[in-house]
Amino acid sequence: MTATVDSESTRRVRVLIGKPGLDGHDRGAKVVARALRDAGMEVIYSGLHQTPEEIVEAALQEDVDVVGLSILSGAHLTLVPAVLERLREQHMEDVQVLVGGIIPDEDAEELRRMGVRGVFGPGTETEEIVRFTRSCARRA
Amino acid sequence: MSLAAAILAGDRRALAQALTLVESRPDEADAIVAEIYPHTGDGIVVGVTGAPGVGKSTLVDRLAGAFLERGRKVGILAVDPSSPFTGGALLGDRVRMAGRGSEVFMRSLATRGHLGGLARATPRAIQLLQAFGKDLILLETVGAGQSEVDVMGFADTTIVVVVPGLGDEVQAFKAGILEIGDIFVVNKADRPGADQTLRELRQMLHLGPLRPWQPPVLAAQAQSDVGTEAVVDAILRHHEVRLGDPERRSRRLQEAERLVREALADQLVQEVVARAQGLGNWTELLAAVADRRIDPAGAARALAHPVPSD
Repeated sequence: MTATVDSESTRRVRVLIGKPGLDGHDRGAKVVARALRDAGMEVIYSGLHQTPEEIVEAALQEDVDVVGLSILSGAHLTLVPAVLERLREQHMEDVQVLVGGIIPDEDAEELRRMGVRGVFGPGTETEEIVRFTRSCARRA
Repeated sequence: MSLAAAILAGDRRALAQALTLVESRPDEADAIVAEIYPHTGDGIVVGVTGAPGVGKSTLVDRLAGAFLERGRKVGILAVDPSSPFTGGALLGDRVRMAGRGSEVFMRSLATRGHLGGLARATPRAIQLLQAFGKDLILLETVGAGQSEVDVMGFADTTIVVVVPGLGDEVQAFKAGILEIGDIFVVNKADRPGADQTLRELRQMLHLGPLRPWQPPVLAAQAQSDVGTEAVVDAILRHHEVRLGDPERRSRRLQEAERLVREALADQLVQEVVARAQGLGNWTELLAAVADRRIDPAGAARALAHPVPSD
């Protein structure tokens, strides 16, 4: 009885996985979403072709701790700042942003300077992403 | 400003944070719910249930669009199952929701071990959305089989979605699911067998006793937004019938009784368990039950009626 009540009412880490932009390949996003779920998190997957506005609105409504952006189109230096800017507009600076995809090293540096907490390229172990995401959560 | 006041003033982030509280910290949420409760109960709550893959999310999205056009303020609660092993959940209902921006407030809820097709926080989540000003709430259950009928307890109008050719139709309809529907939607009605499914459903529903509301059976193709208007009309007609129902008051009283009994049970359980834990005989009793030395009801009786020690 108490076990049920406890598991129903514990604060769970909530993560939004979004795919901004035009690329239509979401295998990586789904693998990460599944790994985070299997680590006990509540993962909201918002689907393909989201605008930065839609992603931030979803993050707001779902009250997530972390937003993971999957970008394979090469447009990360446009899309990521747009998401960060809108998060600031909504006073959601406490939401951490992670980026996954094909990101050249110098761009990864640039994204971190803008305020992205973590950048994960192809071949990253899902365990590492899980650990990092958990460490980013506001209230674990 | 308190979180409750912010919600009443239309602050979306306050609403989102309060929803997290009712899910995760029910005790802290008590004060918020107490403050907003007088501002709840208006509008229409539409439950949408049905087996996995019948198109519930897509239908919910189309209904949201149609109600927006009619000037309604729309909120959506979409429930998905939590893993019984890790407690994690993949909440994917947003994928089917066409970008409606901030006009529609949608929240994904995980069941967190709660049975019955909904999350434990569902009634309070509905109340928060109503206090925020949403007067048309779409409540989507997990893919339901035959026992997930909780939705009718929270929804004013329950829509049961089915698709043609889903095995033996009669089998699928025989249990509770046939009784909870106020409106039946045969979705993906361009598929072969749709006419037969419509006909069978209508026949079965008309076998029952004549009621003031005869559940309509409607064909739809949610993917291409066909049939949505007929469903909206049926929802509004059902609402009118309910408003004119002479037993409306007694139904509300029954609902109040159910809610108070549930809250009372929660509070008493917490108090009794806390007292037993304080006295140190909680783990002892659990071990006794696990070892079959005492039965669960006997243990509960011992906890509820402790023998005075003096």
